[in-house]
Amino acid sequence: MNFWTDPIKVLYDWLMSLFGGWGMAEPLANTLVTLLGIVVLITIALVLDIFLVWIERKVVARFQGRLGPNRVGPFGIFQPFPDIIKLVIKEDITPDGADKVVFNIAPVLSAGSVIILWAVLPIASRIYGVDLNVAALYIIAAGALGTLSVIMAGWSSNNKYALLGAFRQVAAMISFEIPMVAMLLVPTILVGSMSLNAITQAQVDGVWFFWLSPLGSLIFAISAIAELGRSPFDLNEGESEIVSGYHIEYSGMKFGWFYAGELLHAFTFGGFMAIFFFGGWHGPWAEEYPLLGAFYFVLKALFGYWVIMWVKYTVPRIRIDHMLAFNWKFLTPLSFALLIVTATVHVLMRDAAFWLYVAAMFTSNLLLGWLTVEILRSYTREKREAVPSAAHH
Amino acid sequence: MQNPWIYIGLFLLIGMLIPVAPLAIAAFIAPKKPNPIKQSTYECGMETVGDSWVQFKAQYYVFALVFLVFDVETVFLFPWAVSLNALPVFVLVEGIIFILILLAGLFYTWRKGMLEWA
Repeated sequence: MNFWTDPIKVLYDWLMSLFGGWGMAEPLANTLVTLLGIVVLITIALVLDIFLVWIERKVVARFQGRLGPNRVGPFGIFQPFPDIIKLVIKEDITPDGADKVVFNIAPVLSAGSVIILWAVLPIASRIYGVDLNVAALYIIAAGALGTLSVIMAGWSSNNKYALLGAFRQVAAMISFEIPMVAMLLVPTILVGSMSLNAITQAQVDGVWFFWLSPLGSLIFAISAIAELGRSPFDLNEGESEIVSGYHIEYSGMKFGWFYAGELLHAFTFGGFMAIFFFGGWHGPWAEEYPLLGAFYFVLKALFGYWVIMWVKYTVPRIRIDHMLAFNWKFLTPLSFALLIVTATVHVLMRDAAFWLYVAAMFTSNLLLGWLTVEILRSYTREKREAVPSAAHH
Repeated sequence: MQNPWIYIGLFLLIGMLIPVAPLAIAAFIAPKKPNPIKQSTYECGMETVGDSWVQFKAQYYVFALVFLVFDVETVFLFPWAVSLNALPVFVLVEGIIFILILLAGLFYTWRKGMLEWA
């Protein structure tokens, strides 16, 4: 065992012996090292967050045919630091009639609800906060905290736009949570565990769950984008109607936390995409060298983040009734149909040869997807033929 | 590691404390020059009319109710999904019947027109 095969254990042993050498009792030293580990993990997440701001600005600029930040440092990579300094020294305005306590708690809760997701994130084979056996439920619970922070911000701002934005955001979040939770059930069925480490390990030993549930990964991606409140589901912001939604009255670093929280949330969901469907940290030599695994994980999460950005800057915003109808009349029935198909094929084929099992899962997903498209096609044809003049407009 | 929930508890505590730090720094070094215009409610320059805590559309409430049913149901589905591998095929059929009952509820709501944004 050396640093390259198990960095966390080596650092832990070194710190324990160091604190022990200072005459500290074992339990005290252990607690201290654990606290230090938590602070370091959160700090890494937030430093990553700073660079996500740069990536976001750079990528949106390229999408829109601009250069983006290009003055501070090479390619403008240090641009977020002056941004943060500016946010911190900005005057903090609390509007008249705002509920001050709730108004101040909301941004903290918004950022905190994302940070706490990192406790269960398996970044590499031996690098993770904690291996929780109910991690899938923990993710849902943390997501509910995010919803709470949105309604707190909207309600306490004493602003009609903020309140409308919060209503829309909460309606979107609670609606799209249903297909997302259903899709969290798919890897749970395939592995028989809710632990993210077990889910990743099963993909390292077998195949990536994308091959067992391609439709599931698609539904998860769509509902994740809605859960994040990003375009095309960013009705909470809707700058052409309600200016910026629930964080309209926030200024300075409080606004900064909403912004940073949103970006880190998107990245973390890219990470969840990777963990549930794309093998987590799995890659060549990742099992022996955890740091390499961490590199793969960040790469996959960044890819998911990039896809979310790609959708955001390509697809226009949709109307709220369309969005809710899309969820309740299409995505929710489809995700539960997929759940039934996945569970049935899994139970029937689990004793068959492995390649047969994978083929059956993949084909059943494709069949369900094809069936869905056919149903939609016949439905729209009926609708089109019911209004013959509509085609000539 | 000890009990994972102790770790989660510590993580929650620190995860909520760290976002407070920049806010505390900002509270010290940021300027404070409030005036009535600056602190008025922002509505694109219009004067605010009436109370901001308006009544909300009842439709949101209906969606929240449907959500609640499904959310409670997933709590039952997670143990089912975890133990599916260890249990006989009969349990699979039971789970499917459970999901179908729920979907019947969704379709009932749908046919009643409660999912329309009117």
